[in-house]
Amino acid sequence: MTDATANTPKHGTSLYTESPRVKKRNAAERRFQIYGIAAVATGLVFLIVLLTSILSNGVGAFQQTFVNVPIYLDAAKLDKKGERNIEDIKKVSTFGYQPLIDDALFAIVEENVSPNPLAKPKDTKALISASAVAQLRDYVIAHPEKIGETVDFRLLGSSRVDGYIKGRVTRESIARDKNINAEHLDIVDVLREKGVVKREFNMAFITGADASESRPEQAGMGVSMLGSLFMMIVVLVLSLPIGVAASIYLEEFAPQNKWTDLIEVNISNLAAVPSIVFGILGLAVFIQFAGLPQSAPLVGGLVLTLMTLPTIIISTRAALKAVPPSIRDAALGLGASKMQSVFHHVLPLAMPGILTGTIIGLAQALGETAPLLLIGMVGYIASNYPTGPLAGFMDPNSAMPAQIYEWAKRADPAYYERAWGGIIILLLFLITMNIIAIILRRRFERRW
Amino acid sequence: MSFVKLTASTLAIAAVSATAAVARDNVQVAGSSTVLPYASIVAEAFGENFDFPTPVVESGGSSAGLKRFCEGVGENTIDVANASRKIKDKEIAACAEAGVTDIIEVRIGYDGIVFASQINGPEFTAFEPADWYNALAAEKPVDGAMVANTAATWADANANLPAVEIAAFIPGTKHGTREVFEEKVLLQGCEDTGALAAILEINGGDEKAAEATCMAVRTDGKSVDIDGDYTETLARIDSNTNGVGVFGLAFYENNTDKLKVATMSGVAPSTETIAAGDYPVSRPLYFYIKKAHIGVIPGLKEYAEFFISDEIAGPDGPLSAYGLVSDPELSATQELVANEQTM
Repeated sequence: MTDATANTPKHGTSLYTESPRVKKRNAAERRFQIYGIAAVATGLVFLIVLLTSILSNGVGAFQQTFVNVPIYLDAAKLDKKGERNIEDIKKVSTFGYQPLIDDALFAIVEENVSPNPLAKPKDTKALISASAVAQLRDYVIAHPEKIGETVDFRLLGSSRVDGYIKGRVTRESIARDKNINAEHLDIVDVLREKGVVKREFNMAFITGADASESRPEQAGMGVSMLGSLFMMIVVLVLSLPIGVAASIYLEEFAPQNKWTDLIEVNISNLAAVPSIVFGILGLAVFIQFAGLPQSAPLVGGLVLTLMTLPTIIISTRAALKAVPPSIRDAALGLGASKMQSVFHHVLPLAMPGILTGTIIGLAQALGETAPLLLIGMVGYIASNYPTGPLAGFMDPNSAMPAQIYEWAKRADPAYYERAWGGIIILLLFLITMNIIAIILRRRFERRW
Repeated sequence: MSFVKLTASTLAIAAVSATAAVARDNVQVAGSSTVLPYASIVAEAFGENFDFPTPVVESGGSSAGLKRFCEGVGENTIDVANASRKIKDKEIAACAEAGVTDIIEVRIGYDGIVFASQINGPEFTAFEPADWYNALAAEKPVDGAMVANTAATWADANANLPAVEIAAFIPGTKHGTREVFEEKVLLQGCEDTGALAAILEINGGDEKAAEATCMAVRTDGKSVDIDGDYTETLARIDSNTNGVGVFGLAFYENNTDKLKVATMSGVAPSTETIAAGDYPVSRPLYFYIKKAHIGVIPGLKEYAEFFISDEIAGPDGPLSAYGLVSDPELSATQELVANEQTM
């Protein structure tokens, strides 16, 4: 009783005036809320900085500078025998096409820019991508009847010209550049006004193949996207059935003993293993021991399967656990076998959770680079489209994150822009996959 | 049950497709990251001009590439190793042990190694090999004893250089470039300063040990090994005003807006000065072919011949335009490849 009297406030208090202790407690709560808001705001600021830098750096990659040139396909140079025999035409290598482009472009410069600052047709080389010769040769081999005619071509501008149009290359920055000089930029200015040089949307960046170091303007993500796709197919086909089967057994059938405890602990540990470890494992087991080919999406998929399995097992087990025991009991009570209760009742109810876990696991695998470095998927690799589904799994290919890493390493700053553009594409894929996961969860989730 | 069946059948499919893939139809190349740009340019043009698929070119460094090259003969080993240095006797022995005996050595041209710093940074415009030795050596001979290098600024190494802290970014030991840097810059500097003679006096004339001492780089943080590519060196220099980095000539020529290059022994690096032999720090670039794979892997010999053809590797070719110094003895190399002449 004495305690109680000691605790009673000495002065009369009102509910409207806060006592110092209440004030202190309220202040602490407000402070805590402010910390929380500050934390959220910091996160948002980082996100905004990240997104704006990705967008501002990468959007340029989706546009490219093109030069529209009518080119005279000189029969004297392309088909000396004049028989239009495709084998004869194929004998002219891409180097034989360079003079045609040089002459055509020189004529345009002559026509539009006076006085012409270029001394000889060869000087126009700095304006046009090195890929133009291959474009011309492919066209001529596909349409040998056009030899002797003048055909309008839409050629890629060189990476320096493209950079100038996009503002990355300036007159100051090329002062000591050997690949282009100020006269070329003057020509670009004039030709741009005349509509010969145009900046347009570049579909080839999304669908194209990787290019060599000397022509960043030609490089695209398409082939490495296919590489990622084939890898994801392997991951899905292997990790979903294995992961779900393992979880169902562990959750519904396995006895609780030391062995299953050990397995559970190891699965949780496996989920935390750094991905590079799986890469070196893949190199040792799949390539060196099993003799699977280097750089193949199949091997990449197998390695990423190992990485994704624990994620899928953990989320599947959580989804199975979330199905109330009453469902199982009711099924068993009506005479269903254990397996029937699992496959007819528990598994369908757990499916949204399983799929969500799988998609998130796949998204994680899609963005993974480290294990791919070790199995040879980085380099100048994604340059051939796979010829068929089997070739898609077995032929050397890269993957989206590995392609981005590769571009970021290359010398020409134009590749840097493409690396950022690649990040935008990769992020779009990841966002789409996460949205699908959310929709699945929203639409099919049941509450009890 | 269906899960078990599905898993079993996918594994079976994987196994079947693995055996089906034994017939590889594209050339596989790996090795030096210095040679990678050139190899990728050649591979691309090769794919455009021939009916063979475009070769696959991986990087990873000369040593890593040669190690993979020497793993054995067979379709799951690489056909060509790029190297920015000559193959070592040790590596030839390792190759022979794994059954890789007939190797064709192809020199593609020369590459310059340049010393560059931030374009708006301190005035690093002229270096001598001796400056680099004085700045980066681990230990220097002083009055008959080896003393740890105490140079803190470039001015300590050479009074004509800016008095800013030494921050050198040099290629890591897995790069072929490192060896050239050690031999043509550090060892040369060691000789020029007279340190080599002094070290020989201290250790009693053991030349090998003395040279190793000359080429040992200090480990107190003034010199940083870059194991990645030149882009990493560029990023380090971008963030450190006083940084000086070691680059390939081609990389520098693509980034002249960010880097300024210094002369070495009074000669500015360019394809002309390297071809003339005036610029001291240059090295030949090579690739190595497994002769056993010629005729087995379609397009391998054609790729090699195309690589060193006049149109590609000649003075007016695309490789030269990218920064390779073309080999004056190219026709001899062409003959060597045509005859499949092994080492």
